[in-house]
Amino acid sequence: MTTVPAAASARRPSSSALRRFLRAPSAWIGLGLMTLLVIGAVFAPQIAPQNPFDLAAIDVLDARMTPGSVSSGGDITYLLGTDGQGRDLFSAILYGLRTSLTVGVGSAVLAGIIGILGGLIDALIMRLVDLLMSLPSILIALLMLALLGKGIGNVVLTLVLLEWAYYARTARAQALVERKRDYFEAARGLGLPTSRILLRHVLPNCLPPLLVIAALQVARAITLEATLSFLGLGAPVTQPSLGLLIANGFQFMLSGEYWISFFPGLTLLTAIVAINLVGDRLREVLDPRALK
Amino acid sequence: MTAPLLEVRNLRTRFRTERGDLDAVRDVSFSLRAGETLGLVGESGSGKSVTGFSIMGLIDPPGQVVGGEILFRGQDLTKLDEEAMRSLRGNRIAMVFQDPMMTLNPVLRISTQMIETVRAHETIDDTTARIRARDLLGTMGIPSPEARLDAYPHQLSGGMRQRVAIAIALINKPDLIIADEPTTALDVSIQAQILAEVQQLTRESGTALLWITHDLSVIAGIADEIAVMYAGRIVEQGGVDAVLDQPSHPYTAGLIGSLPGASAPGAMLVQIPGTTPDMVDPPQGCAFGPRCARRESDCVRQPGFTDGAHRLRCFHPLSGPASAAEVSA
Repeated sequence: MTTVPAAASARRPSSSALRRFLRAPSAWIGLGLMTLLVIGAVFAPQIAPQNPFDLAAIDVLDARMTPGSVSSGGDITYLLGTDGQGRDLFSAILYGLRTSLTVGVGSAVLAGIIGILGGLIDALIMRLVDLLMSLPSILIALLMLALLGKGIGNVVLTLVLLEWAYYARTARAQALVERKRDYFEAARGLGLPTSRILLRHVLPNCLPPLLVIAALQVARAITLEATLSFLGLGAPVTQPSLGLLIANGFQFMLSGEYWISFFPGLTLLTAIVAINLVGDRLREVLDPRALK
Repeated sequence: MTAPLLEVRNLRTRFRTERGDLDAVRDVSFSLRAGETLGLVGESGSGKSVTGFSIMGLIDPPGQVVGGEILFRGQDLTKLDEEAMRSLRGNRIAMVFQDPMMTLNPVLRISTQMIETVRAHETIDDTTARIRARDLLGTMGIPSPEARLDAYPHQLSGGMRQRVAIAIALINKPDLIIADEPTTALDVSIQAQILAEVQQLTRESGTALLWITHDLSVIAGIADEIAVMYAGRIVEQGGVDAVLDQPSHPYTAGLIGSLPGASAPGAMLVQIPGTTPDMVDPPQGCAFGPRCARRESDCVRQPGFTDGAHRLRCFHPLSGPASAAEVSA
């Protein structure tokens, strides 16, 4: 009998997928940048030389200082300069990144859960998806935030509303394929409850394309949030995200104080590129056609 | 005599297609007692699998059971709601499918799939369910069952996988197992082993077996009774020896005649001429008529089922029991 010895059972299919994932240099670059940014965001309070949201720590006299200059108090070197209020930009970017990533990941995950469940349940939900996807997302977002008001919570809510449809459509398409497989019929033949068949049998088999969607949706959410904040409808002034930081520096662009917008913008760009690199590589690895 | 465990009466299962209604199963009746094995034989498209799925209540739209009764322990399954049916499936009635590569979920461990089947029908803790699963794998002839429990399906060979699939079907000690060509995808030697194990297990537990196959040699080895299906109807039914040794319906005779072993070495294989009929628009009268060498003018009428231990649906049988009387189609 050609059975694989049980000792080999420690090798899960996922570990070989990770190995394949790391075979491309773009994956390393993407994953490296992402790790760096995530560490920066998570440990912002420990890394940042200044708490940019603490008005007492900010010295207005230090406003619009060039990158590398030392604060008037002499205790901080402004690596990336300061903004119009005298905030250390490096600190502000770390904190802003924190806000942006929270919004991005939070809304992507929430939207994923709602969308996937909706997609598996199907029925009328798909017409709602069609409706949502036919409307320009930035327009709905502006409307929503104009009604709800600013704030991180409202931004996340708006983004979830806009994003779940993408998961729902993919989850449904994938579930339709999976339910034609024999294991689905077999699971029904065993009398398993429908919820269990959907969540335990169908969902794991649907996951690969949904993971790719999730990665790309994080990037999309961050961009959308930045756009909204730039337009003054996203994050509150007291808790600026990258988009708001860019907006704050915008007025100083033409007077040569480029760094106030430039560095937050560069961080945003890096984050989006990193996530997209990882997402693309995920798609290459998880696409069954690419395995051949 | 005890009442039959399963009694199917005048079952009719219809699929609505764009070209019109297709009755994949038309007027199928048979009964099965505890511990008995019935072999349901026929070509692809004869309706044998649809019969199995109808009993399981797994016919999805556009298909539907439109007529007849399926009495399981006296209870008509066609009238049960989905929840009541679910509690029977995998518990009192289990099904084994053709392709073991496909019926086990590739992303779940064997233990998960076995334990969840137990726990879907019984309040029991994981450890007890796991012990039951392990013991059953051992009984099914799987070496080192404890280690196999933690394996994923792709780590097992085809034969092993089918043993696991059968073990999952057996785990709640069902009264009836419907096996839809479970050994077709396997090597002949492994097929023989599995057949022997299934036969022994069902005999010990008194489980009835509905074995759906196109392979007459499998039926000869395992079944007590045989029912031959053609174009949605049972055309001949009787004890396995009686039917195989002395086939009376021309179609049964044709099936046996087209087994490679039946012709002389080197000779052309015997075939049944023609192809299976279009089920949306079946021929009038006996559906086998257009392919039958014994056809006569009265075959455009629908033959009824004869009575007795060896029954058939034919006006001009080869031998044996009396010919059929006409019924309205």
